Amino acid sequence: MKVVIMGCGRVGARLASLLDEDGHQVTVLDNDTYSFRRLPPSFSGTALYGNGTDEETLKKAGIEDADVFVALTQGDNRNVMSCQIAKHVFKVPRVVCRIYDPLREEMYNALGLETLSPTKIFAQMLREKIEGEG
Amino acid sequence: MYIIIIGGGRVGYYLLKALLKEEHEVLVIEKDARVCKTITDELGSVCTRGDGCEAATLAEVGTGRADMLVAVTGDDEDNLVACQVAKHKHNVPRTIARIRNPQNAPFFKKLGVDVTVNTTDIIIEVIEHEVPTHPVTELFTLEEQGLIIVDVKITEESNTAGKMVKDLSLPKESKLALIIPHEGGTHVPAAQTTLQVGDQIIAITPSQYKEELEKALGGV
Repeated sequence: MKVVIMGCGRVGARLASLLDEDGHQVTVLDNDTYSFRRLPPSFSGTALYGNGTDEETLKKAGIEDADVFVALTQGDNRNVMSCQIAKHVFKVPRVVCRIYDPLREEMYNALGLETLSPTKIFAQMLREKIEGEG
Repeated sequence: MYIIIIGGGRVGYYLLKALLKEEHEVLVIEKDARVCKTITDELGSVCTRGDGCEAATLAEVGTGRADMLVAVTGDDEDNLVACQVAKHKHNVPRTIARIRNPQNAPFFKKLGVDVTVNTTDIIIEVIEHEVPTHPVTELFTLEEQGLIIVDVKITEESNTAGKMVKDLSLPKESKLALIIPHEGGTHVPAAQTTLQVGDQIIAITPSQYKEELEKALGGV
């Protein structure tokens, strides 16, 4: 599969290297080249400098024939915007969007985006862990 | 009219003042407490501190009865999300977003923002108009029809100077509407009209043919 990941933070870099190991064609985008230090030496995909809400950058990253687009920057709004562009403009078959704010996540989920709120998921996991051991 | 402005920066501040003057009910939502205080100190309780992209903040200020929401923060993505939350969560009938990246205009339209205001394009248009070497200036956009009205100057470099209108190879659907000769006055171009250096031509064309029209008329 051809995967474009926006945001090379801890999660982005880790996901990129996992998918790369599985043999997928991975391009990871970040607007700070310093972030690419997180990629392991074995990473065989592409690390591309640029802003993922920018059409040109997305095209350079190969969005037009990507199978999957994942947005993992620190900014919820940036993730939401680039995912909507990926889904509605470039018709990427699968688009996954990280949204920290649970309320915003619910809204965009209702609007048809595939969304994940780490806040919600992690809080839920912690609750289960604490109550389970209590 | 009840109008909500997202972002109390310079654009937001002056917009707030202008709208208050026109006696609208206006409220600014601003993240920065200091900026918010400055506005409140000067203009009264017309600013709420909060994140305008959050449905909860918008609910608190009664966005459900707002007639319009204008998002003028410095970040395109924040403006997009504020407009979408207003539209989908609070049914605001009209949303306007300021954009900085001109390429975002069609995306924002597609994603449900009613109007986009592109400060970069406005500045470029003004500069283009002021710089005489630039032969084509966009005057007006008829968005629904996909047409633009442009102003083309015939300069000494234009290879169309001295040609008749009927000999021009204009792009499809493009029409010359008016000629304003150098010496003043106006006339409607006919097939036999000869273009002269210094003529200003008002033409209408589908927006995608702007460059072709520029070539056909400016000949640069």
